[in-house]
Order: sequence, then structure tokens, then C-alpha cells
Amino acid sequence: MNISILNGRLIDPANGIDDFLDLHIQGQQVLAVGTAPEGFEAQETIDASGCIVCPGLVDIAASLRDPGPGRIDLASETAAAARGGITTLVCTPDTQPVIDTPAVIELIHRTARKLRRTRVLVAAALTQELDGQQLANMAALARAGAVALSNARRPLANTLVERRALEYAATFGLTVMLRPEDPHLRAGGCAHEGAVATRLGLPGIPSCAETVAVARDLALAEHTGARVHFHALSTAGAAGQLREAQAAKLAVSADVAAHQLHLTEMDIEGFDANCHVSPPLRTLADREALRQAVADGTIAAICSDHQPHELDAKEAPFPETAPGISGLETLLALTLRLVDEGVLSLTEAIARVTCGPADLLGLPYGRLGAGSPADVCIFEPDTPWTLRRSALYSEGRNTPFEGWEFEDQVTHTLFNGRVVYRRDARNPA
Amino acid sequence: MATDRRQNIQLTPDGRLRHFLTIEGLSRELLTHILDIAESFAALPGRPVKKVPALRGRIITNLFFENSTRTRTTFELAAKRLSADVLNFNVSTSATAKGETLLDTLRNIEAMHSEMFVVRHSQSGAAHFIARHAAPGVSVINAGDGRHAHPTQAMLDMFTIRRHKGDFTPLRVAIVGDILHSRVARSQILALNTLGVTEVRVVGPRTLIPTEARALGVHVYHDLDEGLRDVDVVIMLRLQKERMDGALLPSESEYFRLYGLTNKRLEAAKPDAIVMHPGPMNRGVEMDSEVADGPRSVILQQVSYGIAVRMAVMSLCMQTHAEEREEA
Amino acid sequence: MTEAPQHIFMQHDGIIDLIDGMTGILRHYLHDREIDNPAIIGIHTGGAWIARELHQRLECADPLGLLDISFYRDDFTRIGVNPQVRPSRIEFDVDERNIVLVDDVIQSGRTIRAAMNEIFDFGRPASITLVTLIERNGRQLPIQPDVVGLRLPLPTHEHIRLTGPDTFTLEITRRTDLSPSS
Repeated sequence: MNISILNGRLIDPANGIDDFLDLHIQGQQVLAVGTAPEGFEAQETIDASGCIVCPGLVDIAASLRDPGPGRIDLASETAAAARGGITTLVCTPDTQPVIDTPAVIELIHRTARKLRRTRVLVAAALTQELDGQQLANMAALARAGAVALSNARRPLANTLVERRALEYAATFGLTVMLRPEDPHLRAGGCAHEGAVATRLGLPGIPSCAETVAVARDLALAEHTGARVHFHALSTAGAAGQLREAQAAKLAVSADVAAHQLHLTEMDIEGFDANCHVSPPLRTLADREALRQAVADGTIAAICSDHQPHELDAKEAPFPETAPGISGLETLLALTLRLVDEGVLSLTEAIARVTCGPADLLGLPYGRLGAGSPADVCIFEPDTPWTLRRSALYSEGRNTPFEGWEFEDQVTHTLFNGRVVYRRDARNPA
Repeated sequence: MATDRRQNIQLTPDGRLRHFLTIEGLSRELLTHILDIAESFAALPGRPVKKVPALRGRIITNLFFENSTRTRTTFELAAKRLSADVLNFNVSTSATAKGETLLDTLRNIEAMHSEMFVVRHSQSGAAHFIARHAAPGVSVINAGDGRHAHPTQAMLDMFTIRRHKGDFTPLRVAIVGDILHSRVARSQILALNTLGVTEVRVVGPRTLIPTEARALGVHVYHDLDEGLRDVDVVIMLRLQKERMDGALLPSESEYFRLYGLTNKRLEAAKPDAIVMHPGPMNRGVEMDSEVADGPRSVILQQVSYGIAVRMAVMSLCMQTHAEEREEA
Repeated sequence: MTEAPQHIFMQHDGIIDLIDGMTGILRHYLHDREIDNPAIIGIHTGGAWIARELHQRLECADPLGLLDISFYRDDFTRIGVNPQVRPSRIEFDVDERNIVLVDDVIQSGRTIRAAMNEIFDFGRPASITLVTLIERNGRQLPIQPDVVGLRLPLPTHEHIRLTGPDTFTLEITRRTDLSPSS
């Protein structure tokens, strides 16, 4: 099908474009930007007047729970992604069973291909069953399509296992995504070890649980030559360590969860289990440092860190609830809010959720040059809407943003040249 | 913006006590009112009939997810002295072991027409959680949740202090021991500061003092002699044996040598200083027997005042909810 | 509760005259029944003020007793704890004593019932004589005062209240939505 997106403001950070340009799609690819080529005939035109047209979002860390028990699955979560303007998802390996065999990767790819709502890529397990001890068959996993390796949130047994895992991954040039956290310093904590947790009597996770791990991981990255990506940084200290390492030309990168750029430890006041996340919400100073690191590019990607949970998971006393936020449908809104708050320019904000994360994993997505996959997000600025938990497409209704007002609303999402979400139609494609 | 969660769910919009979950957010007037009501009940043990008919026909449920016969008994006695009927549920050994969730348990007991839950749980925030999910017209009283709060214990300590010292404002109070893990200390600090004492001190090694202790509104001391200087009230906290395993302390003997209370060390405090302990006490660890049984110790009074204070809190909460039922 | 403007029904001197009159009647009443050593108990707050006056005039040997019946009310969970709740204090042995129970106003009779319940929790008195400054209409229980300062029929929506303790006044208030509770 041929589609023309007309009259919109096209922002494509990868190609340095911010202009009123039409976009023409032929089949699954971008055919041309600007004037339609001679003889091109669109079967559908989308009037994007007053809207911004940008590459479909790339979310490099989302837990999709499929395969796995319960109602949350690829069908519900890819629908949520499409609604959130996301066209490429990197699924974390903490499924059931764990993504530690090519068969599970194949299953996920096949299911996603059938659903045709968004591209689902896989970060496969670094160790078998994520047990932190025995290395997974990394080469086979890579051959089956894994774009990175990760141990999700599970710790590695010790520094020797970590060294070996990084060395082995480096053999094949694979990127290893690490969630830097020292499990002993975490010591059963559930909130940032700071003033609020002290007052509420919640077992704390000190900032040094992250900085100690980052220091260790950086030393091993340097020693092994592995390509290391830090997932979900939460502290000012870690942002500083990363900045120094990058200045020393170490091949390390990081992402931050969108909610970490908005919420702080203050938000757990009243034991709000929807603000129970891992890593925990930290101080205002940490939040400011993370924003700064995103602004200067030290942190090149903002991710959803999507952790959808069934209702029961949050219906317990705070420390017993499952950590995490259902984040697919707020990734774009929270990122663009940083523009309103003067943290990022509009182009920078879009880059952090499109080409930024794509480049970290060497993926050809998150850009709209001729020949690129036709993954497009169209959103309308200055269209206030209020987030309602009950209206989420995700089967995980665990969001702390209930009642928040956002300014930008996705009107269309196109994946591989097909409209997979349309605001004015109730159903996703 | 989750503001609903941050409102003080303990209070009705016009400021009356609906649940009693934490001292935080309660006014000095309300705390004083609780102490005044408790005075009425403190006289009851001297009468031939030791109960009042205030809550006759009401059902109060002790919902204990953590074993504590002592605390449960004082709540039970308080409820009975108000003429209420009492149900005791020891959940740690029954329902949740069979996979029933906390909410299932709550719903089941609500179906028995209980109008008040006295909740004890090992997790911080459990009482808030139950209060948020309790049916309208049901009060929740926190009998201790994790490290968070134990507000009735703190109020009985305030009652004891007021009986001995009268006015709170000139007082300096030292709380000694494991502040980090203590829900009692957190509630005491809030209550003392709300009632307007001059100074609250916490005394202990760095491993047992929260890194952000000053956020609680206290002065931190690591030396017992300095911490006790010129104080009017000394509160010794219980030291759990597990602390030795978590590398928080080397040994009980070293702890006693540094932080154990003896008559000699008590000389640093004011001559009329009183010594308190929320119990149960480890003699020879937190304090010497000569102090525990000595003239400055008010530990046994604390226990008997506990019933009067719990009666006061129960009658206030029950009344607020009954009014709400009436209005609805 | 919405209260309309109130008016003063009786000033201090008039009330003292009433108390003097009650003292005489009470003396006769006790004499007739051969009670020579009564113990006086006042109901918090107005009743306690009147009881204090009678206690002085009768020169009783025992300390004045004081009852706060908050926790004995049959409507406790509706009306609840008075903000100025104070402990009941009876520092004599109630057993086999002749009690003079004093309140400011009797209306429904429920306060007196609660007070008698509480007295019996202190012991078993030989007798109870009920004295009130004002007896008004509106009884809901079969309880009648033995000694009365003034009988006063009032419309049901009007409420009479004693203020004190140093200078007494009786005020009448018109209420729109309150059930009688005295």
C-alpha cells in the first residue's frame, strides 16, 4: 500500500531534519521525503496538519511476559506499544520460560510477526535460566536474532562469572546489557535509602548499591573489551561514572527509565505501591543529574522499562508488592514533557527515544530516510489529555501517572508501512 | 498525581481520627486529646467494675500477621474494658499459608461485621494498605508494621512521660539503641516532636542509626555518656539477637559495654530522669537489672498505661466511624 | 447542628437563689428519710458546678464526687467523647452510702441513667436522691428528680443550658435539628 503523510512537521533527528515535509511510503519502506516522486500514487493520505511526524519509537527494554502465565501477553502489550507510538520493542529475557534458547526467540518472533503491530526484538539471557552461574549459548542466541544479552534484574553469582560472560560475549561482538546493582548492598531493600524511606521505615537501597556495581562493571568492561550497556541508571553517581568512562573512550552506554526523569523518592509517600520500582526512585538531586546526563547525551536512550503486572501484584503492603511500572503508553508523553520543562529540545527528546536507542544496539530503525523501514509516529502537540489507568491498552494497569495531564497525543502509528494505531478509531489496526 | 495517597487517610476531612496508623500528620491537640481521654481510663483499675459500656455490642478484631502475645493481650483487654467483643486472628499460621491474600483475609473478617481491625504485620505500610482497602465504617489501628510505626506504644510512652513530667516543652529525651529497625522509635520521635519537647536525641553505633536520621528531627549521638547528659527521659530500645548475624554489631557484650545503661552512666542524666523501655527487656544487654528495678525505672507503669491509651484510641476511632455511618 | 441566637433566661443571682431554695428542700427531704451523712456526686460539667454549691452548703464530710458519663452514654458512638473529657473521680466508698446525684438540667433522663450505671460500677449505694436545677419536659425514661430548682416547660426545639463555673447564667437556644439528650 502507498501512503502519503501530508502537511506535518517532520522531525527526523538521525537525518538532521526538522521541517514541514511530506512523507511518502511505498510498501514497507519510506520512498521519499518532501515531494512525491513522479508517478507515485497514494492509496491513503494522512493529513498531519498541526502534527509532528517522527520515526516510530525504539524502546530498548520492556518486559513483555510472553511466553508466561497470566493475561499479559504480546497481543496486549504490542497494542499498548502501538498506541504509545513505539514500533520497535526490545524484550527482556525474564519471560517464562526464560529466553535462553533459540526456540523461545523464534516463538516470540513468530507471535509478533503474526500480530503485526510492532517489531519485537529480543535481548536474550546472559546466563542459563538467568541463574547467574552458567553461561547461555550466546552464539546460538545471536544467530537466532538476539540483539543483545542481558541477565534482566538477576544478579550474576560473582565477579568471575561476570568477567567470563563479558569475555565470551565480546568474542562475538555482542552487546551486554547490565542492570548495575550490588545484591548485597541492596539487602532486601525496596526504596531509596534516604529521608523518605527512613521516615516510612522502608528497608533502603543505598545509592552505592548502583555505583559500586557500575565501578565493577566498568573495570571489567575495560579489561574484557566487551561492549557494555547499562540499563536503567538511577543515581547521580552512576551518571558521573559513565561520563568519565565515555571521556576515557570506553565503549559503554546507558539508558534511563522515563519515570526516573520525573518521579523522586517523595512519590512513595503514603506507601504508593505504583511507585515501587527497581531501581528505586531516588532524590531530586539524582533526578536532576539524570536529566543533565540525558541532555548532554551521556545517556543516549530513554526507555519505558515496561514492567506490566496483574492487579494482585500491587495489592499488598509496599515491600511485598512487585516493583515496576507499566510504561509503554507513557514513554513518549513523559519524554516530551522534558521539552516543556526545558530539559531537552524537541529534536533531542525525539532522538532519545528513536535513533538514540537504535544506534546503541546498531539497529537500522528510528530514522526516516528513503529506504528506511516505514515506522512512523504522528503526534499532535498541545492536545491535553489525562491518563486513566482504566483506559490503558496494556494489561498491566500499574502506573503512578493516573490523573497526570499530558500535552502530546499520538494520532497515528505506522509499522512497516501499515497504520497500526489510529487515535480516532477505537481499535488498534 | 497520586495525591489521594498522600492525604492523611487517618483523618476525616474535618480532622477527626478515623484510623490510627502513624503519629505523622496528627496535631498536638489531637495527641493531647488522646492522652486526656486515656486519663479517664487510667482510673478504671481502681474500681470494682473495671469496664465501661461505651462499645457494647461492637466487634473488634485483632488481626496479627506477626506473633506478639503481649501486644495482642493489651489490645484485647482494652477492647474488653470498653465492653466490645473481640475476635483474634493469628494469620501467620492460618490463611496466608494457604495462599489466601491479605485482601481475601480482610474481606472474610469484614463479613463477620467487625468494625475495627487491630493490625500487626512484619511489613512497613501494611496498616496503611489495610486501611485503604477497608470497607467504609471500618477503623484500622496499627499495632506495629515493619519498621514503620507503632503509634499506640508511642502514645503510652507519652502518657507515662506526661504523668511524671507534666509539661513536654522543656524536656530533653534520649532514645538509645537500634533506631534503624525500630518502629517504636520512629513513632516516639514523631510524638515527642509534635508535643513540642526541646530536644530528641538518638544514641547508638552508626550501623543502628539510619543514614538520614536527621530527617526524623533528632540529634545523633554515638557516645552514650554524651547522649545522656542532662536528659529528662531515657528510652532504651530492645536489641534483637538477629542484629549480631547481619554484621551490624560484633557482640552483645561489646554493645552493653558501649550502650548498656547502668546506674553509673545514668548519673549523666538529670537527677530526676526517668528510664523507660518498650519491652520485652534483655537484662544485661540494654540495661542492668539495678536500673530496670531501680527507683528511676517506670517500665511497669508503661505496661498498665498501655491499656488506657489503647482504650482512648479505640473509642475515638470507633466514634468517628459511627458518625460517618450515621451520616451515610 | 445549627443554633439560632440565644437569649439569657436567668442571671447569676437568680440561680444562686434557686440553689439556696434547693438546699432547703434537700435538707428536708434527707431529714424526712433519716439520711444524715449523704455523699454528693455531680455530673460533669454543669451538674458538677451545682453539686459544688450544694456540697458547701450542706457541709458534707466526704469529698465531692465527679462523674464524666461520656463512656456510659447509650449514644456513645453517635455523640462520642466530649472534647473536655475528664476522669470520673469518686474518692469515697460508694457501698451502702446515700448518694445525692446532681445535674443541671433533666430532659430525656438518659444522662441520669448513664450516671446511675456508672455509680453502680463503683459499688452498691444504699440510695440515690436525684437533684436537678431545672426540670424540663421531654422525658424518654421513667426517671424523675426528687429535688428541683425550677420546673420549666419549653417547646421541644428550645434548649436550656447552664454556663459557669464562676458566674452562672441560664441560656435558652433555639435549635433546628438536635434530638434531646439531657
